[in-house]
Amino acid sequence: MSSYALDIEGVRKVFVRKERTARRGLRRSRKREEVVALKEIDLKVPRGEVFGVLGPNGSGKSTLIRLVSTLLLPDSGSLRVFGHDVEHDAFAVKRMINRVSVDAAFFKKFSPIENLMYAARLYGLDAGEARTRMRAIMKRLGLKEETFNNPMEHMSRGMQQKVAVARGFLTSPILLLLDEPTTGLDPHSKRDVQAFVREIRETHDATVLLTTHDMDEADRLCDRIAIIDDGGIVALDTPAGLKALVPSQNGEHSTMEDVFLALTGRTFAEAETKEVET
Amino acid sequence: MSAFVREMRGAYAFVERNVNLIKRYWGWELVWLIYSLTNALAITYIGNGMSAISGQEIDTQYVVTYLLVGALIWQYLSVIFYAISEMIAWERWEGTIEYTFMAPVSRPTHLVGTTLFAIGYGIVRTLVILGIVVAFFHLNLGGANIVGTILMLLAGSVSFVGLGILAAVLPLLYPERGAQMTNAVAAILLLISGVYYPVETLPPWLQTVASASPATYVIKGMRACLLEGRATLELLPTAFTLIGIGIAVITVGLIIFRYVERYAKRSGRLKRSG
Repeated sequence: MSSYALDIEGVRKVFVRKERTARRGLRRSRKREEVVALKEIDLKVPRGEVFGVLGPNGSGKSTLIRLVSTLLLPDSGSLRVFGHDVEHDAFAVKRMINRVSVDAAFFKKFSPIENLMYAARLYGLDAGEARTRMRAIMKRLGLKEETFNNPMEHMSRGMQQKVAVARGFLTSPILLLLDEPTTGLDPHSKRDVQAFVREIRETHDATVLLTTHDMDEADRLCDRIAIIDDGGIVALDTPAGLKALVPSQNGEHSTMEDVFLALTGRTFAEAETKEVET
Repeated sequence: MSAFVREMRGAYAFVERNVNLIKRYWGWELVWLIYSLTNALAITYIGNGMSAISGQEIDTQYVVTYLLVGALIWQYLSVIFYAISEMIAWERWEGTIEYTFMAPVSRPTHLVGTTLFAIGYGIVRTLVILGIVVAFFHLNLGGANIVGTILMLLAGSVSFVGLGILAAVLPLLYPERGAQMTNAVAAILLLISGVYYPVETLPPWLQTVASASPATYVIKGMRACLLEGRATLELLPTAFTLIGIGIAVITVGLIIFRYVERYAKRSGRLKRSG
């Protein structure tokens, strides 16, 4: 097995948008616009690392995660998960990964147990073992037992996201993809999820690829961080290494926000405003 | 754990999920059952009223049974068709499409699970409707060939599984309108397959199109069994034709589905929900 959990070489992804233009007489033409989501990304993540991808909304973080998840195909370049090519050996890759996305995608009328049992069966797990395991993980994440059989639609966003984290970990992935797992959560739920990620790092032989636009989260959880902007990696180092790129001011330590500003010339908020406008 | 056991667990995931969907959406299920039942009754009453409409003496019993067989068989086949064609649409509606497509389950396994559910669900639903409808009409099926009926039903299911796979491509290609497009496919099959009238009443060019619809053979074969008591041996050529069409359509459907899934992954269409 490759020593790299994730090996990405020259990956590029472009999406084509077709937009209707104004009608001229009976004719209405379509404008074809290419949006570069990722431009020639190179990345190597060793086994056991918690690797952060930090960037504003629309910077290409989720595209990267979806490429690794086999949900997208790259236009060029290659992605390997423990030596298995994501495009040509997708089935082997799927058995090694799981993903927690920013939107907790569930059958909303199903209970957490029903949703997790569906996931367990898809991954070929024994139903009895899976049931015991899912209960233990959900309890560990702070979910109350009486909620396990209630419809997901009656749960708060934070509770749903905890079920999503439980689902992601239920299948014991050796590469766990966390796509903004704490976005939109209340501070308490955010802390619970972050503590669980730290626990995974300490107790399990899993590699974690974490995307976030929360600077503090990246700083606290990750061994190394790639800062991504406009589809390209602008810096890659340990949190301390990145902060060292920017001299401290007035005796205060520099933050990830300072690092982003120094590297891109924009604050995080400005970058996100630009993405919304485009 | 053997690969077979893993795949069977994967297939069972879709059976259990669909059963859970029925339990959780039981109100919707009830509404659809009432709709299907009243539809079958309304169509059958047309047969009951034929003498009054035409002012001529007509074998009402035969016409009623003829229409009812068409209504029930169409009910069964359309359940198979929709259960399979909606395997992607449900994932779109619930927003789970990415999770399911990321799971280590092959598309044939996905299909086997969905088909097992569809056949079981179709049989139960059709029997419920049949049980209620017989209370309204006096049916004489004394000379019916039940073994032949079951043979035709199973042979017809194979081809409708294939048609369902072909239609399932639409929600994959068109996130917003794909599910509605499958209704158009079902409506065309209903028009051309002789569900409520003999195919021979159609214009010649539509009769040619009807010969390509598996439903035409299923319904003809079923009527031969139920109304004429045709022997099973005589039905074998039709059954083999249906199974042959079914295998061909399933093969083509899986190839097209695989191609379209790849296109969806290339263009990013798995992300959007309908």
